[in-house]
Amino acid sequence: MITKRIIPCLDVKDGRVVKGVNFQGLGDVDSPVRLARYYSDCGADELVFYDITASAEGRALFTDILRETARRVFIPLTVGGGIGTVDDFDRVLKCGADKVSVNSGAIRDPSLIGKAARKYGDQCVVLSVDVKRVDGVFRVFARGGRENTGLEALEWIRRGVGEGAGEIVVNSIDTDGVKQGFDLEMLEAVCRVAKVPVIASGGAGCVEDFLTLFRTLPGVDAGLAASIFHFGEVRIADLKDAMAAAGIPARREGAKRI
Amino acid sequence: MTAIVDYGVGNLFSLESSLNAIGERVRVTPEAQDIMKADRVILPGVGAFGDAAKKLRDSGLDQAVLQAAEAEKPVMGICLGMQLLFEKSFEYGEHPGLGLLHGEVRPIRELLEAAGADPEKKLKIPQMGWNALRFRKESSLFRYIEEGDHVYFVHSYAAAGCEDSLLADTEYGTFLTACVGKGNVFGCQFHPEKSGNVGLKILKAFCEMGRADA
Repeated sequence: MITKRIIPCLDVKDGRVVKGVNFQGLGDVDSPVRLARYYSDCGADELVFYDITASAEGRALFTDILRETARRVFIPLTVGGGIGTVDDFDRVLKCGADKVSVNSGAIRDPSLIGKAARKYGDQCVVLSVDVKRVDGVFRVFARGGRENTGLEALEWIRRGVGEGAGEIVVNSIDTDGVKQGFDLEMLEAVCRVAKVPVIASGGAGCVEDFLTLFRTLPGVDAGLAASIFHFGEVRIADLKDAMAAAGIPARREGAKRI
Repeated sequence: MTAIVDYGVGNLFSLESSLNAIGERVRVTPEAQDIMKADRVILPGVGAFGDAAKKLRDSGLDQAVLQAAEAEKPVMGICLGMQLLFEKSFEYGEHPGLGLLHGEVRPIRELLEAAGADPEKKLKIPQMGWNALRFRKESSLFRYIEEGDHVYFVHSYAAAGCEDSLLADTEYGTFLTACVGKGNVFGCQFHPEKSGNVGLKILKAFCEMGRADA
C-alpha cells in the first residue's frame, strides 16, 4: 500500500537554513546539506527546499547548495521560492530537484503551470497555495501570505490542476504557527476538488496532529512541517512509529546505510 | 564502468550521483561506443513513451542497448527506461519498444478496472510516493534488500503480461509491476536513485553484476 509521506521543509536564505534549527549533537545545523542528510537518515520521505533569498548572489548560492544536496541525499527533493518562469524550473531541475513548487509566480502568470507541465511532466509541477479565510471564504494570498489576491482558493486549485499541476500543497495561514493541528476543514474542501495528491501544511504541533490528519482525511497524501521538526518537538522516527502503530501506512527506513 | 544512456530525456544528475555514492564509476553518454565499452548499461527515462522511444531510435542508441544486451552485459531500465524494454506501450496510441522483455505497457487506470479494483478507493493517478515491494522471484538484484522495503514510484502506466520476467510487484488497488528481470536484462518501475538506502542497495547489487571478481 502506498504510504503517507512526511515532509520537512527547509527555508534557505543566503545558503543557510533559517527559522532556527535546534538539534542536540548536530553542530553546524544551519547547513542545508547536512540537515537534509540528517532528515533523510531519520526517514523523511521527501524534502522541500524553500529559497527565500532576494539577491542574485544568494540565488547562485542556493543552486550550489541544491546540487550538493542532490549529490548526497537520495530521496525526492522539491524546490520552491522565486519560481516565476520556465527558465527557473530549468535552473533548479538541472541542479537535482525532482519537483518544483510554484506559488506567487503562478498567480502572476497562470500559464506557467501548463508550460512547465508540458515541458517536464505534471508530476514535476507542484502548486503551493497559501489560503486564509476572509469573511468565511477561502482566499488565496500571495507574497508569503501578505497580499490577498481575491482569488477563491478552491476555484484556483481546480484551475491549477486543470492546467497540469501534479500535486497541491495547501498551507493554511489561519492555522500556521498556531500548533493546534492541521486545518482539517480547509483540507477536506481541497480534497473534494483536487484529484491529484494533496499535501497538508500549517498547524502541526505534535505527533497526534499528523495521526488525526491522516485518520480524518484519507484524501491527504502527505504532511509538511518545518519548525517542529527543526526544533526536535516531533522526531520523524517517532512519528513514523506512531503512524505504523495507528495503522497508517508509513515507510520506515531509519539510518540503515549501505 | 557503468554507462548511463543519455538520449535527451530527463535529468540524469541524481542517477549519476547515486552511482557515485556507492563507489561506481559512471559515464553519462550519448555515444554508442561508450555503451559498447561499458561493463553494464542503465537506460533511464522520464516523460511519454512514444517521444522517448523515438528519441532513442533517432539517436541510434537503441541499437547500442540491444547490442549490449546481446553481448550479455547487465542492462537495467529505470522508470520509463524499464517500460522501453518491453514489446510495446499503449500510452497515447501504440508504440513499439525494444522488445527485450515480453509484455506491454498499459495505463494504471485500465489495469485497475481490469482487476476490479474498488472504485470507492479513488486511487490517484499517477501513483506518486513510497510503496512496498512484494517479491515474486528470487533475484541477485535483491541480495541487499528485504521484501516489504519501500521504494519511490512516479508513474501512470505499468507493465503487464510480463509474468516470465516479473521479480517484484507493489500493491496499488491491484498489484502493479515494480521490478523485472530475465537473464541479464533488468528493470525498475520505481526510481532507485530516489529510494533512499534501499534504492542504493539495489543499484549496488546491479553494479556487482558482470564484474570479473563477482
